Amino acid sequence: SSIGDLMAMPTSPGTDLLSPAAPQDTSLLSSPSFLVSSPLMYGTPSSRMEGTPRSGVRGTPARQRPDLGSVRKAPQVDLQSEQPVSDATVGSEPSGGQRLVIWGTDVNVNICKEKFQRFVQRFVDPTSTEDENAGLDLNEPLYSQKLEEISVVGDPVLNVNCRHLQSFDAELYRQLVSYPQEVIPTFDMAINDLFFDRFPDSFLEYQIQVRPYNALKTRNMRSLNPEDIDQLITISGMVIRTSQLIPEMQEAFFQCSICGASARVEVDRGRIAEPAACRHCNVSHSMALIHNRSLFSDKQMVKIQESPEDMPAGQTPHTIVVYAHNDLVDKVQPGDRINITGIYRAVPMRANPLQSSVKSVYKTHIDVIHFRKTDEKRLHGLDEDAEQKLFTEDRVQSLKELSLKPDVYERLASALAPSIYEHEDIKKGILLQLFGGSRKDFSQTGRGHFRAEVNILLCGDPGTSKSQLLQYVYNLVPRGQYTSGKGSSAVGLTAYVMKDPETRQLVLQTGALVLSDNGICCIDEFDKMSDNTRSVLHEVMEQQTLSIAKAGIICQLNARTAVLAAANPVESQWNPKKTTIENIQLPHTLLSRFDLIFLMLDPQDEAYDRRLAHHLVSLYYHGEEQMEEEFLDMSVLKDYIAYARTYISPRLSEEASQALIEAYVDMRKIGSGRGMVSAYPRQLESLIRLSEAHAKVRFSERVETIDVEEAKRLHREALKQSATDPRTGFVDISILTTGMSATARKRKEEVAQALKKMIQTKARTPAMKYQQLLEELRAQSETAVTKELFDEALRALADEDYLTVTGKTVRLLA
Amino acid sequence: NFISFDLTNNRCVVIKSCFYMSHNNSTSGWEEKVVKFFKEQLKEKDARTAVPSLNDVPLHYLKPNSLVKFRCFIQDMFDPEFYMGAYETVDPSSKAKMMQCGKYKDVAECSVDFHSSNTVNAERQTFYCVPVPGESPYASESQGRVVPSTSYAPSRQKRSYEDDDDMDTHPQKQREPNSVGPQSPDNHHGNADCKRQETEAPSSQAASASHLDLNFPLPGEKGPSCLVKVYEDWDSFKLNDMLEVYGILSVSPVLSVLADEKETSSSLLDPTDSMETAAEQRVHCPPASLVPRLHLVHSQRLLHNNPLMPLTVMEQNTAFLSSTLSEMAAVRAELLTYFTHVLLGDTLAAEYLILHLISNVYNRRDVLPLGKFTLNLSGCPTVGSYTERLYHIIQQLVPSSFYLGMTLQNLNQMRLVPKKDYVANRLVSGALQVPKNTSLFLDETRLEQGQLDTAGVHNVTALGNLISWQKVDYDFNFHQMEFPCNVNVLVTSEGRSLLPSDCQIHLQPQIPPSQIEEYLSSLHVPSDSSSQVNKFRIFLGVARLLDYSISDEVTKSVEDDFVDMRKDDPQSVSAEDLHRMLVVARLLSLSLGQTTLCRDSWMRAKHIEMQRKTRVEQQKCVNGNEP
Repeated sequence: SSIGDLMAMPTSPGTDLLSPAAPQDTSLLSSPSFLVSSPLMYGTPSSRMEGTPRSGVRGTPARQRPDLGSVRKAPQVDLQSEQPVSDATVGSEPSGGQRLVIWGTDVNVNICKEKFQRFVQRFVDPTSTEDENAGLDLNEPLYSQKLEEISVVGDPVLNVNCRHLQSFDAELYRQLVSYPQEVIPTFDMAINDLFFDRFPDSFLEYQIQVRPYNALKTRNMRSLNPEDIDQLITISGMVIRTSQLIPEMQEAFFQCSICGASARVEVDRGRIAEPAACRHCNVSHSMALIHNRSLFSDKQMVKIQESPEDMPAGQTPHTIVVYAHNDLVDKVQPGDRINITGIYRAVPMRANPLQSSVKSVYKTHIDVIHFRKTDEKRLHGLDEDAEQKLFTEDRVQSLKELSLKPDVYERLASALAPSIYEHEDIKKGILLQLFGGSRKDFSQTGRGHFRAEVNILLCGDPGTSKSQLLQYVYNLVPRGQYTSGKGSSAVGLTAYVMKDPETRQLVLQTGALVLSDNGICCIDEFDKMSDNTRSVLHEVMEQQTLSIAKAGIICQLNARTAVLAAANPVESQWNPKKTTIENIQLPHTLLSRFDLIFLMLDPQDEAYDRRLAHHLVSLYYHGEEQMEEEFLDMSVLKDYIAYARTYISPRLSEEASQALIEAYVDMRKIGSGRGMVSAYPRQLESLIRLSEAHAKVRFSERVETIDVEEAKRLHREALKQSATDPRTGFVDISILTTGMSATARKRKEEVAQALKKMIQTKARTPAMKYQQLLEELRAQSETAVTKELFDEALRALADEDYLTVTGKTVRLLA
Repeated sequence: NFISFDLTNNRCVVIKSCFYMSHNNSTSGWEEKVVKFFKEQLKEKDARTAVPSLNDVPLHYLKPNSLVKFRCFIQDMFDPEFYMGAYETVDPSSKAKMMQCGKYKDVAECSVDFHSSNTVNAERQTFYCVPVPGESPYASESQGRVVPSTSYAPSRQKRSYEDDDDMDTHPQKQREPNSVGPQSPDNHHGNADCKRQETEAPSSQAASASHLDLNFPLPGEKGPSCLVKVYEDWDSFKLNDMLEVYGILSVSPVLSVLADEKETSSSLLDPTDSMETAAEQRVHCPPASLVPRLHLVHSQRLLHNNPLMPLTVMEQNTAFLSSTLSEMAAVRAELLTYFTHVLLGDTLAAEYLILHLISNVYNRRDVLPLGKFTLNLSGCPTVGSYTERLYHIIQQLVPSSFYLGMTLQNLNQMRLVPKKDYVANRLVSGALQVPKNTSLFLDETRLEQGQLDTAGVHNVTALGNLISWQKVDYDFNFHQMEFPCNVNVLVTSEGRSLLPSDCQIHLQPQIPPSQIEEYLSSLHVPSDSSSQVNKFRIFLGVARLLDYSISDEVTKSVEDDFVDMRKDDPQSVSAEDLHRMLVVARLLSLSLGQTTLCRDSWMRAKHIEMQRKTRVEQQKCVNGNEP
């Protein structure tokens, strides 16, 4: 055949006669006494083109398609006579009025070709949003443009979306799905005819291959059943293993060891019919296989596992073997999420002629035709709809109905962690965090991305179900991570470099923050985290990236994660006399990065206690059905959030912007009256984010005033709880932004001045005892002076270069 | 009509022939008929006991293709496989074609006509099942032993009867040391009854069977594992389910030959086969002599594996239930006395131990498991291997249990969390893959100072998650998957445990420390099959399965109580305390056989909680700096 002749002949090593492997191999490859072929393959022989179609005259070689399986000439059958037409190969012209179909199918080659050519020339999809079609004129025939692209780029692969084909010609689509092994080669022929008609001068490495994808609905691996065998299917999954490259013989080359005559035998379903005798000299058993001159193609085994989202609870994921051929080899790596389109195959267990019985099971695999990575975008895009969760029409409808209810916000908030009692505002805050703000890009103006994620800190007494809330959120969101500050180190949160034990390569292992990109990272026991670990959060929580410089790997990873943290007070009980910072001892630089800081405290009031008790008791004896009724289902909530996050990105309306400006100015005003700054731009950004999230809850594309009102209210509530100065009772934002309330700062200065005065009035001794000084000051002062306050006053004076403190003595400098 | 299935005579006629017959008689609907027939037969009272059990009878005494039962635990689920449901064979000599049935069988006749258009392909699912992990000897032995079907050659028959007699009188020879163990606590330390005690980390894995790792969740387990082939409704099965499986045993040597052949002469195979690693081959096609195949005909999910209780749901056994319920209070008192004796005279601790042993996760409210009651028994004496004795006694009373000595070595080296091995394509089990209501005994007294490595930290985290959320995150390499579980965790420690717990009780021995050792040596261990022990076992089993409710009035009074308690001192009672009190009240009621909460039980729960709290407070004062 022409293929082999085009191949560069390898310089075969002298005579292969003496090659020790050859005799052994031939014996292995000789087919056993009876031909075992699968009944599953029954009636689906391939229609491999003998030679090349018309355009092949130009010298473009056809490349074998091992993905389509066995290469065997398919006889065509005349429907009327029901007799195989002898020697009627696929390429032959149909005679007159006979309806020729490929044996075992209802595919008529010529009709099929025409239909497909029509599809390529006419199909237009003006609403296409696929990224493959970027840059194409959507009002022109889509696939014609792709052909043009092929003529320019020279990559002879045409990917065809089956959904397009289905909308254009449902019958052709049905044939494609039912008989891919016959229809795809027909498509190949059609497209090559078309291509070389249009671009007679273009040069391609080999003929164009059609690769359909997106067949039928994307099927779940679990729903595959025996009826899908030999059909075109598309399933999604995750790559878990890839094998080494396997050379697979396509055509065996035999040479007679007596006369040197050669023969080529095509591999049929993995078997080679060894010529029993030389045709030239008629000596039997003289043919030897010459490996160097046989034809091989690349093959790789890839194992796919169900993606965790598709799995029913309580079961282990299924896996399936996939064979990739030729240029699809090494296209995917373990860990990739992919959609594959291919032909589902089942091969019976090989019978051993020495045994009387065989195992009655089949081995199944998929011959892949098309890979499509589903998480590709995540690497280099900023689109968050990487995981396009498919919603059914009904679901979308019911979600939209839900969104129209006036109390949707309250409903969703109460559906959140129903087992946790009350804390309405905290739940609302977390709800807004789940929705997140809109992503904005200011890289044009030099500010980069604005953070869209809302960060929340919960602090409060131990045993106020903070951990439970965190666990709930972690279970609710698809890309959530849960870590405990006690157990995680900086590397566990960010990323670390390790040596892969197998390949000895350095690999970057990502930690919780990177893994929860586009999700929520729940950090329990935030206060127990070491300072070192906490410091990595600074970058993540504002810039949303993570820079790594380790072992020669310098990179910046996306970590667009919302942080939900829980912290316990340093003293085991929350001390209401102290500020938030003093209670949880976290650096204010970190605290100011939280949009909302909530206190979860025991309210200690009788009515609350009663309601709480009632809630808890009911938890312990209500039946499951009753619970279901009361609240929204967790799955509805999940879908609602996923839908809003994917499809809704609200923008500020004019009134809303105005309201935000006013709110910010008001916040600033409060402070300016008392001579302090009561709001920073960060607070304004928080307000914007919260308003956007609230608009998302309503499925609204515009942020309205009501959103701003709720954002203001929630923000104020959170501030009231966390930024109230216990000494004055006023809300003082500087507690969170600078770590010290304005009154405390004032008090410090007063004490420092008093101390200075006291030292000045005393006799001029260059050195004083620390303890003595403290006691004197205490005696003099009207209000209580704590040791900490005294220390701070000393430090302030030291900063003025007035004195120094060394150990237990205080020296004057002046 | 066509099946001569003589159950009373304890013979399972070869199933194969009946399928052929049935198939020839009625081409459609025969499967349902067969399954229905078996189900009907098995409903009869003696039928269950008449079927030989793979758990008790050595594999080589069982006849291939006969009906056997197997009480097992789904350890792993393999991929579904396609098989020839029906196929045609061609007789090489006469060329006569004949339809054959492939269902409930592993192998097909060799002269299969692969081109026949009559071939029907079907799908089935394979589960890898192991005997119930951690099952106490009494539970695994007394599950209705059956004399194996006598299908051996006459010359062997006599011998096999002898063996059977043997087994009936002295249950399981290899377990004999176990049954001796309890009576002689002095020597039990190094004895075989501690076989499940993991003293030296994973070495035992290699010891199992031969080169083949049968993948038992708990170290040191023995017993047959089995590949169960399920033909219908396999989605209803879940990992870690306990099942009683009735199925057709298949031990065809062909399966083994194929497996061996693949190992030795892989060159015989085409390249597609060799791509499956040898490891995978070993796991998915182990020799049938070691891992038999079982074709499932009928199965039943087990709610418990307590042999002394009826298998079916409690409501259907009103007679059994009412008789037990009436005795509950009395048995409870006996058990309390006994536990007081075991816990060195500490009645309060004994009370809590009872509550712990009957706890059960009966519901989940979003992430919160309800009903769990992890007990931390602190202040355990370290002399005379007290904790091991305690475990030994608990093991006698519960159907399945596992002792985990929290030594540094164990924590650092043991595999607790199951992990997917993608090379062999199976779920490598870990000690936390246990069926529901297993008693996990964590002995923290054996922890000494030292460094936990990464694996150790993960193991401790996994234990913490298990206790707090009753779930285990199985490691699937690229992601984790959460499996809910229902395990009673008892932590014994000297001080407060490093693991979280629902309830801590500090042991207050009534015996002076100097005499503890002496006291321990005289500790009464009940004999294995005394009626008292059996009463305890039934008590613990039944109390766990009872339903429970709270009436509106009691709800009201509980609320009032809570408000009052908070009024006096808001710091003293938190929501968490109320949670715990409600659990204690629930368990207390159930332990008394009451299915609704009454005022008395609530007061009593409150009372013992107060006692316990003051004791914990005292302990804090004694230790001073303890958090």
